[in-house]
Parts: sequence; structure tokens; C-alpha cells
Amino acid sequence: MTTSLKELSKIPMKLTPGHRLCAGCAEPIVARQVLMATDKPVVVANATGCFEVSTTIYPYTAWNVPWIHTAFGNAAATCAGVESAYHALRRKGKIDQEMRFVAFGGDGATYDIGFQSLSGAIERGHQFLYVCFNNEAYMNTGIQRSGATAKGASTTTCPAGSCVPGKQQYPKDLTMIIAAHELPYAAQAAPHNWKDLIAKAAKGFEIGGPAFLNTLTPCPRGWRHDSDKTIDMSKLAVETCIWPLYEYENGKFRLTAESARIAEGKMEKKPVSEWINSQGRFKHLTKDRWMDVADAIQEEIDRKWNKLIQLTKL
Amino acid sequence: MTGNLGINGDSAVALAWKQVDPDVCAAYPITPQTIIVERFSDYVADGEVETEFVCTESEHSAMTVCIASASAGARTVTATASAGLAYMWETLGIASGLRVPLTMTVANRALSGPLNIHCDHSDVMAARDLGWIIMFAENVQEAYDNAIMAMRIAEHPDVQLPVMTNLDGFILTHAIERMTPLDSHTVKDFVGEYKPLYPLLDVKNPVTHGVMDLQDSYFEHRYQVNQAMKASANVIEQVFKEFGKISGRHYDMIETYMCDDADYVTLTIGSTAGTMKAAVDELRAEGHKVGAVKLKVMRPFPAQKLRDVMAGKKCVAVMDRHLIVGVSGPVFLEVAADLMDLPDCPKLVNYVYGLGGRDVMVEDLKQVYMNMMNDKQDKVNYLGVKL
Repeated sequence: MTTSLKELSKIPMKLTPGHRLCAGCAEPIVARQVLMATDKPVVVANATGCFEVSTTIYPYTAWNVPWIHTAFGNAAATCAGVESAYHALRRKGKIDQEMRFVAFGGDGATYDIGFQSLSGAIERGHQFLYVCFNNEAYMNTGIQRSGATAKGASTTTCPAGSCVPGKQQYPKDLTMIIAAHELPYAAQAAPHNWKDLIAKAAKGFEIGGPAFLNTLTPCPRGWRHDSDKTIDMSKLAVETCIWPLYEYENGKFRLTAESARIAEGKMEKKPVSEWINSQGRFKHLTKDRWMDVADAIQEEIDRKWNKLIQLTKL
Repeated sequence: MTGNLGINGDSAVALAWKQVDPDVCAAYPITPQTIIVERFSDYVADGEVETEFVCTESEHSAMTVCIASASAGARTVTATASAGLAYMWETLGIASGLRVPLTMTVANRALSGPLNIHCDHSDVMAARDLGWIIMFAENVQEAYDNAIMAMRIAEHPDVQLPVMTNLDGFILTHAIERMTPLDSHTVKDFVGEYKPLYPLLDVKNPVTHGVMDLQDSYFEHRYQVNQAMKASANVIEQVFKEFGKISGRHYDMIETYMCDDADYVTLTIGSTAGTMKAAVDELRAEGHKVGAVKLKVMRPFPAQKLRDVMAGKKCVAVMDRHLIVGVSGPVFLEVAADLMDLPDCPKLVNYVYGLGGRDVMVEDLKQVYMNMMNDKQDKVNYLGVKL
């Protein structure tokens, strides 16, 4: 699998321009990187969400590859259905080429409403790559809280008020929950590091069983940052260890890219305050009233980071 | 395989699937559908079918896998009941809206609550407006025959809609009846090879399935589903005719029994239609001019056929094994809307019966006719309820 920019730029576009996603949205960036990671014919399944509605408004489609959407909470089952048909037809000699299958879903579709569907598809061992666009809230319906929303973030259903400092709970650690299925491959990635993301997607495509890739996908509208700061946000999330880059492969955890360098002491681990100060959704946490929340978040990030480092030593 | 079998309805459906050997089956177990998936699992385990069998973690995923698999280009089947059908509800409309020609057997069972595992039609009736072709079985033979015919109907280029074949929970799913199966070659020849129209797995011709439809296109697409449903009536009749030739069993969207000179007629769905014929026989022996109509296909609704039969009758009692709480039975409403502009529209009454598996005996059904003849009844009646 090639990862030189020059070579990647020659790969035919599977998701074309002309879709209706917002300026600065990380979703098409992640999707293009993922789709560059296989040179085999690929079929895409998509959960309901921004990505689905913005790329397929009838009578237009931004897709140059076969694509299917059925509902919100079932992207994994949708992908599993296509993959099951492929195995059946291949066995009967009606298909003679290898194909790959990828499902895209937002964090609402993955952490929350589609969690059971994903867990079931992984347990059954379908050969597919599930990619979560984690922008930490229900952005398509207008920035409501999800199981992936960060503690302290203000959303339209957990707004920061005079009594409540935004979301009061920490997010579900979905990548770890998926890893607990003991599937062949699970990883976290972020689009600023395209090389790392593409390499992980390529592994997921070729691992020969279910694979899960959780990608942090900054959302300028929901996170309240300028639309030209998307890649900066992606980078900062990794540098503050809010979003460590790591992979789980055949039972072993391994840090990758910047996260590996931070763990080795070769790169600075930035304070969470830089993350909080960079986005309007955390604005209230910078006030004296909620400084303790910001401190608690730093403690929790440190605890999880240290735990992850321990896991990589097992 | 030829000759008679003693077999229950669920096993008969599984046998039909075995003979078809569909590409994909995705299902989740629920009483009283379980025997279908258990028997089919045996066929998979013994290599008697080549089907990719997917045991999903829920009915929502079962129907999703089926929609995606059929869209990908595979002939796909499933089965469910009651709460399972309710859990699929969201995806049922997607199956018809995306014009997915899959087939599903439903073992009719009451919806909760309170929890009840026995027969009524509350499951299918709650799914009747979602764009599926809906067929019912009076007996095990019909359940088997419907499962085979459904594929030809669903996959016809003029139709391209999912088909639901219903059989009454326990009464047909678990009771052993005599049935005459077709031999497997005949079944395979009859259903033929599945030729998908725009399969996802045709990667050289990529298609986008399940788009975002806005105000300028959704209405037209739903209208097209309606047109396909209407067009399916001709296809159903043609498939019934062809099936008659290979089986000697001749079906119609409605079946009439002693209706020609009858003054008092009932309309029934499912296994009760058999009991109703017995009631008609006994009343005829007593000299009463009574008849019975069985609704075999509810979607598309055979409006003209019912009008032709019902016109000029004194009274028609519509039997509903489901209650729209606060209204009446659902079939009653559809029949009333169908017949209301007949110049000689019969008096129409409704009998809600058999909820949650409450037994319906010949005597109960004779009482319905007696009530019609004596005109001693309400517009909506609750047959057999203990008050």
C-alpha cells in the first residue's frame, strides 16, 4: 500500500467533489483517506447522518463506488448484508473478484443507536471495516449530546448554563469496548496524520475479519472553531492526549505516530487547557466558576493515558 | 419429493426455503417462528443448502441484513413474528421504499402487552401500510405454497417489492397437517434464477441505494411504490395461474365459498377461514343462505373482486383478528371504504375475535351468521370476550 502523497494523488476519486458538507468538515477528508487505503473494488454502507444526507441528495450522488444507506442505527448490519451476499454469490461462482466493504457512521450512529448492530456484526465475524466519524455529538440534527460527547462540552441538549457546566459525564470509551470483542483489528486515528490513518485503514481492509477504525473528525459548527482550523484541531487532540493514536491488533495494543513519540518522551504532551481554549464549546470552562471541571478533565485524560501506556506493555 | 407429508406450518416453510436454496437468509428467533429457522439451520448444517445463513442479534439487524443483501444482488429470505416484526418496523418501509424484492414469513402472534405468544393479527396489521405485498395462509399447504410463490411475485420487474407471507401462530406454525410438497426440481424451475435489477455488487456499474429524498422527489417515489403495488395484482394472478399448472392448486386473491346465492356473507383472513367453511356447511344443511369469503391477499387490496362478490348481499360481517383500539378492526374499515359507493351496498358489521389466541369454534362463527340473520348485533362486536 503506497503512502506517498504523489502516488495517493493519482488514485481515482471514489467520493467526488460537489457534495454538500460544510466548509472545514473533517468527514470527507477521513472518508477519502480511508477509501485510498484499498485498491480493490469497495462497497460503502453509510448510517444516516451529515455524511449520508450531504453526499446523496436525489437526483445527485457524490459516489463513484457502490453505496447503500438504509437507516440510522444499522450501518454495521447494512454492511454485513452486502458482505453476506458477496460470500453467497462468490461461493455460487456468480462473482469472481475480491471486494472490500466499509461502513461509515457518526458517533451517534456508532456509540449510541447503532452500537448493538456493530457489536453483533463484529461477533459474527463479517469481513468489513467500520469507520466511525467521531465529532462528539449529533451534528446532523443540530449539535445534541451523544455517548461520545466530551465532559464539559456545551451542546444543545447539555447546554452550559448558570448551574450546569455542559455535559456532566465522560464519553464512552468505544474503541476499548470494541477491542474487548477481541476482534482482529481496532484503532484510533485522526485526519491530520493521513499517513497513520491510511495505514490503519489498509490494515483494517486486509485483516480478514471485522475491523474498527475510530477517527476524530472535527466539526467547526459543533465545536465552534474556524473552518480553517480543522486539521489543527485534529493535531491538538492527539498532542493533548485527548485522542491518542493507537491500534489493537491480534490482542496487542500499540501506540502509533505522535502518541508513540509522546509516550517515549520525544514529544511534549500538551496541557488539556490548550484544547479547551481552542473551541467555543468549552468556552464556559475557562471561567473561574468552572475551573474545577477543567482540572478534573485533565486528571481523567492523564489517568486514561497512563492506563493506555500500561496496556501497550502487556 | 412427492406424496403427502405430515408436517407443521413452520417446517413446511423451511422445506420451501430448502427447495429454493436462497442465497442469503438472515433471521432472529422468536416464538412461534422458531421452528422455521431451526429446521433451516439443520439444512445449512447438513449442507443441504448453499445459503449464507446469518443469525443476527436482533430483528432490526435481520431485516437490515436482508435489505442490504437483496440490494447487493442475492435472493434473500427471513421470518419473524409479533415483537420481532414490530422491532423491524422502521426497516420494513425502507425495504419497500428502496424496492427490495425480498420475502418474509410472519408467524402471526399478538403484540405485547401483556405478553402473549399466541395467534392474532396485531403484528401484521400494524405493518400493513408499509408497502409490502401481504398474503395469508388458511392451512399448512398454503403457507408452503405462498413461500414459494412470493419470490416470483417480489422479483417480477413490474413489482420489485417485498412480500410478507403470513401464517397463524401455533394454529398453523405448530399444528401438523397433511401437505403435498412439490419436488425440488419443480420448485427450482418455478422460481428460476434471481436476476437483480441494479445490484450493488456490480462494481463496474456503481449505484447509490437509499438516497436523501427531499420535498421535490419523495412524493413521486412513494407514488411509484403505490403504482408497483397496483401492478402487482396482475403479476400475482399470473403467478397463481402458473403455480396452479405445476401443483394442481389454484388460488385467487380472494376465495369465495357458497357465495353465489348467499344473503349473508363473512370475510375472514387466515386459519379461521377453514373453520368458517365448516360453519357455512352446517348452516347450509339447515337451509340458510350463507357464504364465506377468504381474503388471501390483503396488499394489494382486491377491491374490485370484493365489490363483485359483496354487491347485493343483505349483510356482510368482516372478521378482524386485531383491534384498532378506539375504532374497530382494520379490515372492516378497508372493506367499508371499498363497498360504500355500491348502489346496493350490503349492511356492514364487524366482529373482532380471537385476540391473543382465544379459540374460535364453529359454534362461535355460526352465531355470527345467526346474528346477521336476526339483525341482533352492533356495528362493531367483540366475539368471545368475557365481560
